[in-house]
Amino acid sequence: MADALRYRTDAPADEPAVTLDAFLDQADAASVRIEAGDDVRHLLPHLARVKLVEIDFPRFRDGRGYSSARILREAGYTGEIKATGDVLVDQLLFMRRCGFDSFAPEAPITPAAAERALSAYPYVYQHAADDAVPVWKLRHG
Amino acid sequence: MKLLLGNDLKTGAVVWWTGRDWSLHVEDAMDVGEHGETIARAEEAACRVAGAAVIDAEPGEAGPRPAHIKDRIRALGPTVRPDLTLKPADPSVGSWVI
Amino acid sequence: MYRYDQYDQAIVDARVEEFRDQTARRIAGELTEDQFKPLRLKNGLYLQLHAYMLRVAIPYGTLDSRQMRMLAEIARKYDRGYGHFTTRQNIQYNWIKLEQAPDILADLATVEMHAIQTSGESVRNISADQYAGATADEIADPRPWAELLRQVTTFMPEFSYLPRKFKFAITAADSDRAAIRWHDCGLRLVRNEAGEDGFEVYAGGGMGRTPMIAPLIRSFLPADQLFGYVQAILRVWNRHARRDNIHKQRMKILVHELGAEEFTRQVEEEFAGFEARDVDPPRAEYDRIAAYFAPPPFETGLPDEIDRSDPDFALWLDRQVAPHKAPGYAIANISLKPVGGIPGDISAEQMEVVADLAERYSFDELRATHAQNLVLPHVRKADLYAVWQALDAAGLADVNLDLVSDIIACPGLDYCSLANARSIPLAQKISTRFADIDRQRDLGELKIKISGCINACGHHHAGHIGILGVDRKGTENYQLLLGGSGAEDVSAAKITGPGFDEDGVVDAIEKTLDAYVRLRDPGERFLDTYRRIGVEPFKEAIYG
Repeated sequence: MADALRYRTDAPADEPAVTLDAFLDQADAASVRIEAGDDVRHLLPHLARVKLVEIDFPRFRDGRGYSSARILREAGYTGEIKATGDVLVDQLLFMRRCGFDSFAPEAPITPAAAERALSAYPYVYQHAADDAVPVWKLRHG
Repeated sequence: MKLLLGNDLKTGAVVWWTGRDWSLHVEDAMDVGEHGETIARAEEAACRVAGAAVIDAEPGEAGPRPAHIKDRIRALGPTVRPDLTLKPADPSVGSWVI
Repeated sequence: MYRYDQYDQAIVDARVEEFRDQTARRIAGELTEDQFKPLRLKNGLYLQLHAYMLRVAIPYGTLDSRQMRMLAEIARKYDRGYGHFTTRQNIQYNWIKLEQAPDILADLATVEMHAIQTSGESVRNISADQYAGATADEIADPRPWAELLRQVTTFMPEFSYLPRKFKFAITAADSDRAAIRWHDCGLRLVRNEAGEDGFEVYAGGGMGRTPMIAPLIRSFLPADQLFGYVQAILRVWNRHARRDNIHKQRMKILVHELGAEEFTRQVEEEFAGFEARDVDPPRAEYDRIAAYFAPPPFETGLPDEIDRSDPDFALWLDRQVAPHKAPGYAIANISLKPVGGIPGDISAEQMEVVADLAERYSFDELRATHAQNLVLPHVRKADLYAVWQALDAAGLADVNLDLVSDIIACPGLDYCSLANARSIPLAQKISTRFADIDRQRDLGELKIKISGCINACGHHHAGHIGILGVDRKGTENYQLLLGGSGAEDVSAAKITGPGFDEDGVVDAIEKTLDAYVRLRDPGERFLDTYRRIGVEPFKEAIYG
C-alpha cells in the first residue's frame, strides 16, 4: 500500500481496523473498516470510542462510501475517515467534501497531483461535510 | 477470418489493423487469426486506439466484409448520410452494408 | 432566461480546465480507457460507432440566439456541419475528436453552456415543459426551480458515483409535456389552498429494459424544501441499490422491489435529517434566479386576428402554433421532422436561421423539446407570417406536430454503439409512406417513437405506436408496441406479437392505422380507440 495522504494533524490510530461485525463485538476496538455494503449507521451508537473509520472502495464506480462518510460526519463524528481501495485522484475532491480526511489508494497518488485535484474548483454549489461555502451563501451573505 | 478494429484514440475514427499499422479502410484489414486480443491490448497500452475489438469477417474480391451489420456500418459510415461515408459517390455501398 | 454570474462562470471554466488536464493525461497514457471513460462521460463525451460523440446540455430545454449560434459554429468548426437534438432536450454532435473536445467545451463556456453530467452515472440534464413560461395552463414558470436544481445537483459530492444515471423532469402545467412519470424523479409544481407553492413528487419511473411509471411519493412538498428532499431520495437509492448488475441499478428497480410505500418511508426518514440540518438554499436565492425568468415585456393591445389568406401558411398555423398566455402572442413549433428526413437533425445554417428568428421575433428565446423539435415561445401573432416565410425558406416549415410523421427516433445503429437496429431509416420510411398531409390530419394525434435497442432512448414504451429494434441472428428486426403515452394519461405500450423486418413494420403500422380509421368513434384519437377496444382488433388486422 502506498503512503497515505493525510489531512489531519493528530497522531494516526495505531491499531489495525477490524470489520464492522468484529468492532461491534469488541468493546475496546477503536478502528473499524466499513465495506461498501455495510450499513454505517450501526456504528453511530459507538462513535465515542472510534478513532479511525476506513471506508473501502472496491471499485471506484461504487459510490456507497461517499454516503457512509457523510452520515458519520452528520452524526458528529470528528475522528479520521480514511478512503481505501480503488481511489483515484479525480475522486479526491468529492471525497474531501464528504468528510474523508485521509486516503490510502491502491495505486499511489502524488501529493502534487492531489493538491491540483483538490484546488480545481474555486466555488461549490452546495453544503457538504467540509467548510466550503456554497455559492448561494456567497451571493446572499 | 478475424479482423481487429478500434477507434483512433485522438480522433475517434474507426481504424482497422493492417498487420503493422492502422488504416481507415476495411479493405486494408488483415486476418489476425488468433493474435487479435494480444495486438489489441498492446495497441491500447500504446495509446494508439481505444475500444479495440476482434470481429468476424468474410474474405471477398474487394477485401474483407465484416460478418455483422454493425461492423459494416462502422466500416462505411452512417447509412442515412451517404455523403458522410467513406464512399460518398459509390451507389453500391448500400447493398454492401445491408 | 438565466445568466451566469461570476460564480457559475468560474465553476464552468474550472470544469473546462479540469477536462483539458484529464484529456491530456489520457492521450499521454497516464489514464487507461477504463479510468478515463467515467470522466469523459461526465462531460458528455461518448465513444460511438464512427467517432467520439459530444452531448451538450440545454438545461430545461431553454436557450437563446447567442447560444444557438455557438452550437452552429461548433457544428461547422469541429463537426460536419450539423447537430442532433435528443429526447432529453440536449444536442449532440457525432464526429468529435478527443483532442478537440476541451476546446469545444471552452467555446461553449463563453456562451454559458457546458456538457456537465450529460452522461455517466450522475444527475443528468433536467428536462422541462417546453412551453414553460409561455403556456396558459401552468400555475407558474417552473424553470427557476429547474435552474436551482441544476445548480445544487452539479458536482454533488455524495452522489458523484451513483448506481446509474438519474433523470429529473419538471412541469407546472396540467398537460404533461415533459413525460414526468417516465423519469427517476418527476416534479409537478402545484399550489395549495393557502397559496403556497410545492411539488407533487413522483419517483422511480423510467424506460429501458424494465419500463416503470413512477408512483406519487409526496403529494405536496413545500417548494423551498426541494433540495433536502432530493438529497434524501438520492441517498436512499445510493445506499441501497444493487451494485452487482448494471441492469438492476436504476432507481425504478429499488422503488419497485421495496414497494412505493416502503421506499417513501425511507425517504421521509432520511428527509427528516436533511430538513433538520437546513440544507436548502434560502428563498432569496430562488428569488434571485426567478428574476431572470420574469416574463418578457409583452406588448399590450395587440390584435389576435391573423391573416389566413395564404393557404399553406394557414395549414402551418393550425398545426404548429399553440396558444400563449399573453393576448396577441403565440407559441410557434418548428418541426425537425421533414418527410424522409432524420428526426432531430438540423444543419448549422438552419440553426442560424432559427437563432435569427428567436432574436427578432421571440424575445431572444428558444426551446428544444423532448420530441426533438424546436419552439419559438413568444411570437406576436402579427409576426407569425414572417416567421413562417423564413422557416419555409430554410426547409423548417413542415406541418406535422404530433402527427404520424412527427416521429421520435434515437440515432440507432447508424451512429450508436449500443444499438441493435437502425432507427432513422425506419422513421424515414414511415414518414414517406404517410407523407400526404390530408391523410396525416385525418389520422390525427399520433405519437410514433422508435428505439434501436432496449435502452429506449427513442421512448418506444411511451409511444401511441412504439417500435423497438432488436438483433435477430445478425439481422435487424422490429417489434411493434401499441398504447403507450408520455402525457398526463401516461401508460406503457405493449408488444403486439412477433417482430418484422423494416418494410414489414411499416406495413404493420399501415394496417394498424387502417383498422383505427375503420373502428374509431367520431373524435377519437388512435390512443382512445386502442384503449376502448383493446389490442385484439389490431392484432387481427396486423397478423390475421
